[in-house]
Amino acid sequence: MFGYYLRLGIKSIRRHPALSFLMMLAVGLGIGVSMTLFSLHYTMSSDPIPEKSDQLFAVRIDNWDPEDSYYESRPDEPPPQHTYRDSQALLTSDIPTRQIAMHKSYFALDGGNDDVKPFLVTSRQTTKDFFEMFNVPFMFGSSWDAATEDALEQVAVLSKATNEKVFGGENSVGKTIRLGSHDFRVIGVLDTWEPKIKYYDVNNGPIDESEDVFLPMSLTAALELPAGGNTNCWKDEEINSFEDMLNSECVWTQFWVELNTEQQKAAYSDWLDGYVTEQKALGRFERPMNNRIDDVMSWIKVNEVVPDDLTVLVGLAFLFLAVCLFNAVGLLLARFLAKSPVIALRRAVGASKTSIFSQHLVEVGLIGLGGGVIGIGLALLGLMGLSKLIEDIGTVASFSWSLGGIAIGLALGATLLAGIYPTWRICRVQPSSQLKTQ
Amino acid sequence: MLKMTHINRVYRTELVETHALRDFSLEVETGEFVAVTGPSGSGKTTFLNIAGLLEEPSSGTYQLEGHDVSGLSDNQRAKIRNEKIGFIFQSFNLIPDLNIFDNVDVPLRYRGFNASERKKRIEEALEVVGLGSRFKHLPSQLSGGQQQRVAIARAMAGQPKFILADEPTGNLDSLMARQVIEILEGINSKGTTIVMVTHDPELARRAHRTVHVLDGQVANPETHFVSQGVTEHNAPNNAA
Repeated sequence: MFGYYLRLGIKSIRRHPALSFLMMLAVGLGIGVSMTLFSLHYTMSSDPIPEKSDQLFAVRIDNWDPEDSYYESRPDEPPPQHTYRDSQALLTSDIPTRQIAMHKSYFALDGGNDDVKPFLVTSRQTTKDFFEMFNVPFMFGSSWDAATEDALEQVAVLSKATNEKVFGGENSVGKTIRLGSHDFRVIGVLDTWEPKIKYYDVNNGPIDESEDVFLPMSLTAALELPAGGNTNCWKDEEINSFEDMLNSECVWTQFWVELNTEQQKAAYSDWLDGYVTEQKALGRFERPMNNRIDDVMSWIKVNEVVPDDLTVLVGLAFLFLAVCLFNAVGLLLARFLAKSPVIALRRAVGASKTSIFSQHLVEVGLIGLGGGVIGIGLALLGLMGLSKLIEDIGTVASFSWSLGGIAIGLALGATLLAGIYPTWRICRVQPSSQLKTQ
Repeated sequence: MLKMTHINRVYRTELVETHALRDFSLEVETGEFVAVTGPSGSGKTTFLNIAGLLEEPSSGTYQLEGHDVSGLSDNQRAKIRNEKIGFIFQSFNLIPDLNIFDNVDVPLRYRGFNASERKKRIEEALEVVGLGSRFKHLPSQLSGGQQQRVAIARAMAGQPKFILADEPTGNLDSLMARQVIEILEGINSKGTTIVMVTHDPELARRAHRTVHVLDGQVANPETHFVSQGVTEHNAPNNAA
């Protein structure tokens, strides 16, 4: 009978195309708005590296002002970044499987190509494990090794987009680029790598794009490469040179470790306590011991990557969907009641209430399906609009097949749920009351 | 076939209580063609609704083929309507966006027949009413008489034991009315019991007997019980 009900539903929709479209539009509008915001929320709260997010840990220690916490509203939280000297010291641990220190900079890049004028790029100075740790794919070449770091070789890894722009996408390994006043030899080019959330450094916003160039962090001190992300200081200290900056209590570097077992995690936690205790003995770290190692999802939560405002907006969007459905229910009810004589006839010739209920629920489902398709279209338009309005949101304002499935499922489920009342009402039509009046 | 005993049907609102049928008793034998006449508001349609299990009586008993059908569930009544009763209405009550074939198909769908069985029955029924070549037409493309013939085909496609017709010629001119009544007589001649409500005395005369309803009661009770099947109360079928 499902096929029969489906045919009847399609006939009914085609018989009243304008009203049917209006109902689908009402559902679609609610789905479109709610899915636009839900997809943002969904992407921002999704695990950006599910294959190992429980093994990657952002490390925090509390070197902050003994008189004042880093966060005014969350005094228990230590600073999200490290001093340069602490991150260098943390690199000496032999417990993690991998560990990286890093910071961000900005440079003017000159590829020596007359057709491409020098342009501003973001760079990430980091240590050799960065690429393996965050599963960053290479298109050409590879990362640098410890010997390269120790030898202070001026090497660079380019993002795919940077390589496209400077070298037209060809294998540029071995070629030279100039960053600021220093030359670097290209040793690797990344393949497409666009983490939806820039979880490894959320200082400039979680929807910031990943960097254009990657350099060994050993060059930071050697070439006096400047800090380009957030730099936060609390101590009243003289900073007159780059070396002063490196030795200051200002925090501007990030530190991550890869710990594959609970034992490793416990051992590393002990090691971290030992390091801070040692520093306390030297007169630093005057605040109570407050070390944190957060895995990726905890780190996203700590940094409020998904803003509360967005969560509230998603809630409001679903309320809007409810209002849209309420309107659709009104239209459905009117349409179904107008069909009372036909329902009465069907009941008279033997249709049970269950048959009538099923038939009309299938029709409701078709309207929900149409609403879902319209909703997906509107959500795509909404996300495109957001991408135009808000810089860098493109990576999270995207629509996937799974979100499309959720939109269709939500439209179907919500419409069927909302359609129960009009469908139930139509089942209560007394055949004898309608047959004489047709 | 049909036996109603002391049936009462009362419609109540907050202000008024209307007795549509009061102490209504009637028996119709298998194979009969009974005309039910009476002025407007006399209770004819209420009788037909109860006979067709579209309404339940307020009191009294109703037996169909020897089985008490009072107090059946909604779905049980729907099943009996589908299998045993055919309906013909004054306004034809065809579904406007279904073609002729699909209109006749409606009761068969709920019967659970397979596609080939349904097709066979629909084609046979439409042939009987002379519309074998109009399967794809919509009701709006047919005359009133043709529409009523489709309604008859729909009623007979399920091969019901009896047909209830409510003013089947009420919306038709005399020529079309005659065609319709001849089809009904043909169906009846093959053994299907027919109960027809009508205002038209000429049509009523073509039935085997006439039951006159007045103020919710059978006004000519001497004619309302037939023990030998077809009665002698009215003229023969082809006399009119």
